[in-house]
Amino acid sequence: MILDGKCPTGPIETSWDRHRFETKLVNPSNKRKFKILCVGTGLAGGAAAASLGELGYNVHAFCYQDSARRAHSIAAQGGINAAKNYPNDGDSIYRLFYDTIKGGDFRAREADVWRLAQVSNNIIDQCVAQGVPFARDYAGYLDNRSFGGAQVSRTFFARGQTGQQLLLGAYSALSRQVKAGTVVLHERREMLDMVVVDGVARGITCRNMVTGEIESHWGDAVILATGGYVNVFYLSTNAMGCSVTAAWKAAKKGAYMANPCYTQIHPTCIPQHGEHQSKLTLMSESLRNDGRCWVPKKAEDCEKPAGSIADEDRDYYLERKYPSFGNLAPRDIASRAAKEQCDDERGVGPGKRGVYLDFADSIKRLGEDTIRERYGNLFEMYEKITAENGYKQPMRIYPAPHYAMGGLWVDYNCMSNVPGLFVLGEANFSVHGANRLGASALMQGLADGYFVIPYTIAGYLATVKPGQVKDDHAEFKKSAEEVKADIDKMLSINGTKTPSELHRELGKVMWEDVGMARSKESLEHALKRIPEIREEFWNNVKVVGTNEQFNQELENAGRLADFFEFAEILTKDALNREESCGGHFRTEHQTADGEAMRNDEDFCYVAAWEFKGVGVEPELHKEPLKFENVKLAVRSYK
Amino acid sequence: MKLKLHVWRQNGPKDQGIMETYEVPNVSPDQSFLEMLDDVNLALAKDGRDVIAFDHDCREGICGMCSQVINGVPHGGQERTTVCQLHMREFKDGDEIFVEPWKARAFPVIKDLVVDRGALEKIMQAGGYTSCHTGGVADGNALPIGKEIADYSMDAAECIGCGACVASCPNSSAMLYTSAKVAQLAVLPQGQVEAHRRVMAMTETAKEQGFGNCTNHYECQAACPKGINVKFIAKLNREYMKALFK
Repeated sequence: MILDGKCPTGPIETSWDRHRFETKLVNPSNKRKFKILCVGTGLAGGAAAASLGELGYNVHAFCYQDSARRAHSIAAQGGINAAKNYPNDGDSIYRLFYDTIKGGDFRAREADVWRLAQVSNNIIDQCVAQGVPFARDYAGYLDNRSFGGAQVSRTFFARGQTGQQLLLGAYSALSRQVKAGTVVLHERREMLDMVVVDGVARGITCRNMVTGEIESHWGDAVILATGGYVNVFYLSTNAMGCSVTAAWKAAKKGAYMANPCYTQIHPTCIPQHGEHQSKLTLMSESLRNDGRCWVPKKAEDCEKPAGSIADEDRDYYLERKYPSFGNLAPRDIASRAAKEQCDDERGVGPGKRGVYLDFADSIKRLGEDTIRERYGNLFEMYEKITAENGYKQPMRIYPAPHYAMGGLWVDYNCMSNVPGLFVLGEANFSVHGANRLGASALMQGLADGYFVIPYTIAGYLATVKPGQVKDDHAEFKKSAEEVKADIDKMLSINGTKTPSELHRELGKVMWEDVGMARSKESLEHALKRIPEIREEFWNNVKVVGTNEQFNQELENAGRLADFFEFAEILTKDALNREESCGGHFRTEHQTADGEAMRNDEDFCYVAAWEFKGVGVEPELHKEPLKFENVKLAVRSYK
Repeated sequence: MKLKLHVWRQNGPKDQGIMETYEVPNVSPDQSFLEMLDDVNLALAKDGRDVIAFDHDCREGICGMCSQVINGVPHGGQERTTVCQLHMREFKDGDEIFVEPWKARAFPVIKDLVVDRGALEKIMQAGGYTSCHTGGVADGNALPIGKEIADYSMDAAECIGCGACVASCPNSSAMLYTSAKVAQLAVLPQGQVEAHRRVMAMTETAKEQGFGNCTNHYECQAACPKGINVKFIAKLNREYMKALFK
């Protein structure tokens, strides 16, 4: 089937304004009759729940953490982009639009990206009004910095904690609505199913993580803002609780999963230290503004202390390969370059899977105090984890899974192919194409939550009658029974391997075979291994405790079960996409000097997969991508 | 290295609870404290025994989820460090370590080391915001804010809402938590309109939720993983007086 993204036609500059005018409205006095469920309270979900509550809708918000403030948006460090052009350095909405399309390797929809660039400016204003303490200069004006993949300074930041401050802004707006009674917050709830009646999303089934109670919630619309899925690699920069579960349950009820193979591997993470590691830690790529990446030119120098290697024996590989962007090359490019150096046996540190990020030159030029002011918290974090002082010796970094560009398929209104289901933020696939630029995730989350969904959801709600299907409908009972049956099954297997052991096994396969570089051979190997480990899970997992208690082993087991099914579709998508673009690198498709080679002739489309059952071939639906405002070009940062 | 761990086990708020002891072999100094607990739990699960419940999520020291009192000190006593960022190299071979949940009347135990911090949410909901609407706000640069003020506001805004300040306080006071939000907004022009209402509502709610008063022990500042300064409590008191005599 050919999918239609329902993008407005005509001049792109006015597309969002025209669309807003053409979208139906809900009468103010009718809004409270509509109940909206919002799953996830990060930047996208928190902003959406707060904004919709304020508009007068009856909103119920859900999160698995004990507080809405703890969603993983909080961990974003570097900043948020906006086309304000405050520094007068040539930025514009068009440039932000163009950079995002190009950065995404021409695999995103033009209209969606234009809208994102357009509302980016409103986001900054909104956050300032909320009291978000952005960095300012001595004249009192907002400060900007440049960030990976951009040649203008358009990134706004709050020290190294921009995500935290933006999330706390959204959380404060949400708290205000909770107090006002327009939003009911359900913490420590995990969505375990979506309820669909006659093809329309009508509610969710979730587990109360304290009591184990299986709850049914009906709604006139369901919003998923449940983040990304890179914990499928086991080790990633995501929080421990991040999972594909909510999105995958929706996929199993008919929502298409789009471009799942587009995963971002972030270049500046702290290398892995041992077998017992539970997660990888990211350090903001803003570090690359002042740090220089290098490895020794000769493999035999790799064991020597960094300081003893003379400058001419160092290979500043990013500056060498990409002279115009240098250390600020986009993430996919910087990550692959680091991997190349390590594959070439010139990596440093334990296991030789690391490259240096060196601040010595910047410290000489600017002084240690300036570097401390800019990145103090990151140096502190690095020292806590590695016991090394980044001011005295170069840091060691290595790429790690970080972000999912792919996600549930949505149209221009952020509605999935299942009517009534809306998907926001990282959970959808819409704006980042095959690679996300730095400081764009925060922008997308807040754009979707504050400035897109409040308009587009009205267009849908205006066409339905409120409260048509409630939780007394048979489908809710059926869903709750199925959820309970799955839980009982996992608890009853009583095998020998814990969920974390099996997750590690899955992660190893995904990282080795479906990680930074993929080939037909590696992907086919993964497609053989994934079902084997899944089989072992359903026959040999050991989940201790009961459902009727606070049970983290059970939570992990449930999330892992979904990762197994999802991993297969991710791998199939990677196998289907016979080209290299952005974060998806197929070794068969590269230029002579190892750069990604796109195939616009055959793959200029969104791949949306329809789940047909476990072990059954999923069906591929295509949405062709049209480029009318930018010219498809080879992405070069040389 | 080898450790002896004493961990508080409690099956729900009504259970009396008990300290249980675990021998932990093969601890790597590069592991984080939570990764060490993961290993303990792996062994327990393999044995078919109930694992130790503990809150955690980002494991980067920013989400504020982790919440354990280690050897009597919330987050374990390393300066400006959450439990998830505490590494085993801070301990030595043969150490005995005591692990307990946050202890405060306002934080009932859910299970083992997991507590219910809903009371902090109530304080936030009472007034921890500016009542601006989505959309329809002024340009971000319309109102210049001096760098010193922005920095002061940011210092306060760094609070991660973990509750270590409450757990460390002999009065179980949430004053540092409350003051951080009050101070962040009180110095900004955007926060002026509601400054009086905010400080009254938030302090009143803290009292209602069962948190005690501040009697200047400064334990909160020492325990705070983000180094939130007690000067913000002074600021809160000043704001309170201003509101009282307005």
